[in-house]
Amino acid sequence: MPKIKSLEELQKLRQQLQGDIKARAETSTTITVGMGTCGIAAGAREVMHAILAELEARGIDAHVTTVGCIGMCSREPLVDIQQGDEPRVTYGNITPDMVPRMIEEHLIQGNAVEEWVVGRVAG
Amino acid sequence: MAEQYRADVLVSCLHGRSPELIPALEEELKQRGLETEIKVVDAGCRGFCSMGPVLLIQPDGIFYVNVQPADVPELVEETLVKGRVVKKLTYREPATRKRIPHYQDIPFYGKQMRVVLRHCGLINPQSIEEYIAVGGYQALGKAFGTMTPEEVIAEVKKSRLRGRGGAGFSTGRKWESARKAEGEIKYVLANGDEGDPNCFMDRALMEADPHSILEGMIIGAYAMGAHQGFVYIPFEHTLSVKNMRTAIEAAREYGLLGEDILGSGFDFDLELRLGAHSFVGGESTALMHAIEGRVSEPRPKHVHTTDKGLWDRPSCLNNVKTWSIVPEIINRGADWFAGIGTENSTGTQVFSLAGKVNNVGLAEVPMGITVRELVFDVGGGVPKNREFKAIQIGGPSGGCLPASLLDMPMDYETLAEAGSMMGTGGVIVIDDHTCVVDVARYFLNFLKDQSCGKCSSCREGIRRMLEILTRITEGKGEMADLETLETLGRVVKSVSLCGLGKTAANPVLSTLRYFRDEYEAHILDQTCPAGVCKALIEYYIIADKCTGCGVCLPKCPQNAISGEKKELHVIDPELCIECGVCRDVCKFDAVGVR
Repeated sequence: MPKIKSLEELQKLRQQLQGDIKARAETSTTITVGMGTCGIAAGAREVMHAILAELEARGIDAHVTTVGCIGMCSREPLVDIQQGDEPRVTYGNITPDMVPRMIEEHLIQGNAVEEWVVGRVAG
Repeated sequence: MAEQYRADVLVSCLHGRSPELIPALEEELKQRGLETEIKVVDAGCRGFCSMGPVLLIQPDGIFYVNVQPADVPELVEETLVKGRVVKKLTYREPATRKRIPHYQDIPFYGKQMRVVLRHCGLINPQSIEEYIAVGGYQALGKAFGTMTPEEVIAEVKKSRLRGRGGAGFSTGRKWESARKAEGEIKYVLANGDEGDPNCFMDRALMEADPHSILEGMIIGAYAMGAHQGFVYIPFEHTLSVKNMRTAIEAAREYGLLGEDILGSGFDFDLELRLGAHSFVGGESTALMHAIEGRVSEPRPKHVHTTDKGLWDRPSCLNNVKTWSIVPEIINRGADWFAGIGTENSTGTQVFSLAGKVNNVGLAEVPMGITVRELVFDVGGGVPKNREFKAIQIGGPSGGCLPASLLDMPMDYETLAEAGSMMGTGGVIVIDDHTCVVDVARYFLNFLKDQSCGKCSSCREGIRRMLEILTRITEGKGEMADLETLETLGRVVKSVSLCGLGKTAANPVLSTLRYFRDEYEAHILDQTCPAGVCKALIEYYIIADKCTGCGVCLPKCPQNAISGEKKELHVIDPELCIECGVCRDVCKFDAVGVR
């Protein structure tokens, strides 16, 4: 490995390495994927993989976690996005090809994709 | 770009069963194709020893205790795939019997303030990358980039940090003396020779966060103008040695040790020195003798080691915990540190909780916390709802403080006034089933073996005190013994050379001060009120409590108990060896001691 020759290089290296411990760091964005049996059957695993790939490709700092069935099995896969103290936005019937738009519009532009939203829960 | 994981499983308790746990977890994740999503991290000690092995799952903060390899499939399926908590693996609070699934809600952790242990159990100690990612070596960069050596010393002085090895000397003043000392070659040394029988915070720190110690040492070397350092560790602490060695090598590869560190023009390198584990070996001059390859015996200190230490050159020895605090002071400022704790004892202290306390383990709390808060809030109280009797603070040469001092704040001065000491923070909780005379005898027996023998006061004095205490526990004591003990204790304390002798009488003097009645009971009444000293007690069955369940019968190693089912049992005093097994197994408290 190369020697670190200055404080700037150390800080650059730190930024690169932060991805390694992302799951342990504080973040204001949490994406939750419904992963009950119903969710998995409807393709939630593939959706989660698409989300992870999209976040990595765009270098977005967010936690991805899983939850059990919320009871709305007909709308699985369900994906929740929670940012800071804002209401949690729940998207339904998400497929992997919908993920890029959801990330682009919700996380980058700050507008929820209203046509896919099934509900909001106060944070 | 680093690999991105959605969850990290932090596995602690390397001395427990986690060597099996980590492969089991990795195998299970692989079988389910989750190995690229979830990372298993071999993290250091979380300090919650009574609950180990423990797992922390991030980002959810789910905390599992007593995890066995057999629990792995369920844990992966439920928590890591489906996001559900496995209830049976969560921590159950002893008092309320409530399950607490999240790490931050557990009182043992919630009441702590972790400065020294800030990374312990949260990063992989073998990875310098993880240390850098959590902000490691930033303080070093700050010191090099924006502070002169004098400013670093001024900052440490302003924080009023005191040495965490036990003596509590001002770290800033020590650094200043070493900086001002004449001589071109100077050394910085880290003391990892933890000797107290119930303490393991230094070991835990070296195992779990070795880079914080290195960073502190490099900053200290820069401040004092030293270019060579040594870390002294007992060779028996194999994992400490391994992780410190890995850390030093990694720091060298990254150019954080060696020549021209971070382009500052400052050179510094570190080496490990392994010693044989002993109590006196952690004394500063004894430790320096050991690094020089000589017998680890203390010498008189009228010439300070900051002037003439290792190889007669100016040397600054600090405990590994002290070094580990330094980067935090540089990063967050002296005022932040000085704002924690009390006026003269700033910052936090790591206590290792042992004895009759529910949450056995390492707890780091602000200085000045009361004994009550430490034992009952953080420690979870005394098991089996027994009565709290005393607390032994400061290791074997500390003192025993009674329940009447439960609300006393724990800082250097208050503890010393009460006849105990902070020491390295060893704490043993004593309940009403423990005899304080026996406790004092136990510690003197330890110190007798650990005394290097150089000073006759310590070598002979401890032996004589031990003989008298042993006599008292055997029921052969006299009232005049108590005065002899006090005189002997004062002499050993005042004329011995090093800290071992100077404090060796503390367990005797403090118990005599607070528990004189218990000594008198042994001598005058020929009884041991706690029911421990075998020569003075007799076990018997309490007639109206015994249900005749028969549980004690097969447990008695002497077959001294007899009785028919559902009828009163009897102990034969001739056969009984006072082992106390029957008393421990009886569910009805029907075994008494007199």
